[in-house]
Amino acid sequence: MFSLDQWQEILQAIQANKIRTFATAFGVFWGILMLILLLGAGQGLQNGVKQNMMLDAINSIWIIPARTSMAYQGMPAGREHPLMEEDLESVEENVAGIDLMSPENELSGEFDVRYGNRAVSFPVFGADSEYFGIKVSQETVNGRSINRLDDEQRRKVAIIGEQAASVIFDEGVDPVGEYVQIKDVNFRIVGVFSFESSAMDQAQRIYIPFSTFQSVFNTSRDVTLFAVTTAEGMSGQQLEGDIVKFLKQRQTIHPDDNSAYWVHNQEEQHRSVNNLFLAIKIFIWIVGLGTLTAGIVGVSNVMIIIVRERTREIGVRKALGATPASVVGMILQESVFITTVAGYTGLVLGVLLLEGINTALVALGADLQFFNRPEIDLRVALSALGVLVVAGSLAGFVPALKAARVKPAEALRAE
Amino acid sequence: MLRLENIHKSYPMGNQSLHVLKGIDFGVESGELVSIMGASGSGKSTLLNILGILDNQDEGSYILDGTQIDMISETAAAELRNRHIGFIFQSFNLLAFKNAAENVALPLYYQGVRRRKRNAIAVKYLEMVGLADRAEHMPSEMSGGERQRVAIARALIADPSIILADEPTGALDSLTSNEVMQILKDLNDNGKTILIVTHEAEIAEQTKRIIYMRDGKIVEDKSGTGHV
Repeated sequence: MFSLDQWQEILQAIQANKIRTFATAFGVFWGILMLILLLGAGQGLQNGVKQNMMLDAINSIWIIPARTSMAYQGMPAGREHPLMEEDLESVEENVAGIDLMSPENELSGEFDVRYGNRAVSFPVFGADSEYFGIKVSQETVNGRSINRLDDEQRRKVAIIGEQAASVIFDEGVDPVGEYVQIKDVNFRIVGVFSFESSAMDQAQRIYIPFSTFQSVFNTSRDVTLFAVTTAEGMSGQQLEGDIVKFLKQRQTIHPDDNSAYWVHNQEEQHRSVNNLFLAIKIFIWIVGLGTLTAGIVGVSNVMIIIVRERTREIGVRKALGATPASVVGMILQESVFITTVAGYTGLVLGVLLLEGINTALVALGADLQFFNRPEIDLRVALSALGVLVVAGSLAGFVPALKAARVKPAEALRAE
Repeated sequence: MLRLENIHKSYPMGNQSLHVLKGIDFGVESGELVSIMGASGSGKSTLLNILGILDNQDEGSYILDGTQIDMISETAAAELRNRHIGFIFQSFNLLAFKNAAENVALPLYYQGVRRRKRNAIAVKYLEMVGLADRAEHMPSEMSGGERQRVAIARALIADPSIILADEPTGALDSLTSNEVMQILKDLNDNGKTILIVTHEAEIAEQTKRIIYMRDGKIVEDKSGTGHV
């Protein structure tokens, strides 16, 4: 049925009817193009929001002590209640459902990071090895991350962000293995990391093991903030409540004091962002499917017209020996061919447009807060195309079958 | 080689039915040149449609080349039309987007003959009707007489056992009509069975046998005239 000869027949018919071919093709082309652009824009929106909000593991919770807002057990409101290392150890021992846990302290005061005769100012943080499992958008690109042995042995090692590395070290120098001085203490660099988000300056950071940080720079043993991730089967909301409740008790804070800790629960945020995405996605799909349906209806209409227009030709072909199957095959193949080519063109153009927009955004250095990397899931695009082709052939099938059933004598009388 | 017995055909007209063929009986032997004469509305075109299996009879038996044409499938009918019947129409019915050779080759396409081969055969048949130099021309670039000769070549290419011509000269002037009739007569001289439907007496007179129809019935079957 799909012989070279039949292809030649169809190409000839298509060439002979450029306008109706174009009319069919354009509906399909436009439907797919719009769908791709819409989906791409939606994905861009999602990526943009993600870039701004999703720096950490989905199941992470960040807790920072703030001032109390209620007087409790003889202590006034507005009291500061810094966390100590012991508090964290106690949380880890007493609260169930924690997977990873790490404190974070930032080195304060005036200091430079020195290398050779170079001195630059970059933020320095102390964090446990588990910290890097929480901060998932950070990725080691050279060397290694900080590990458990570094923690235990209070090693004077550091990992450094890409941006900081490019300032401190000349091109061609491998930072791994080099020594930098922080407040006159030598640290050996063991790794370089990149940061997924370009909007944040986190790739300028330098991290050293928390244990080293405390013993070298912060002998008062207080902790600015800490992060945990939920163990499997534990809800973020539950864990957040458990930890805060435990800490309130330990730090003698009123159980109803809701501003004693500043808590950032990624899971909560994730949920609300996800709901937003879901709404956007549903909207896009409704609009996209609407466009696609319009394309399909267009194809059906044109196929009906084509069959009517070609009734006499079909009559002639039948008189010369065309079987019903060959008539149906001819019309179907033409319809499938046109929809496939047009749909594919729309697909390619849509992807090219998205890529173009992306390249332009990058080239211009545009940092749109809520729009980044518009892209399309190729599987989605291909299935949309598939749906259209199937619908297009169904649209052609009914009139084709009708045409094949008409008595040739009747078909020859057409026009 | 073909035999009709008691053929009836009616068409629904609103809630009534129009009885077009009211019991047709006749046969055609191999090598005959027959014309069916009649005024418009006499049922001659309907008869031709049934002969060409372009339509089916309501009643009666039709045997073509030993095959009983009754309740056969549309696919089998297509096969029979392709191999046993060559059609010539009043309005030529060439496909506008195909050139002369491609139009002539179309019946062979439905036999699965390769493009190159069937187009080469088509050119030979165009030669037979004197249009060898027109093989690449589109129908719109040809005169009525030329188009009808292309149609004749197309009717011949599958070497059918019978040629059915429906008012073959109806759209032509008298000069080209004669040319076309001459071709048909020559073909008959070479043994082709030809059946012509016409309302023009001078066309019918050129055939060997004339069947007169009126009101859906054969009123006269006159042999041995014409074709000198």
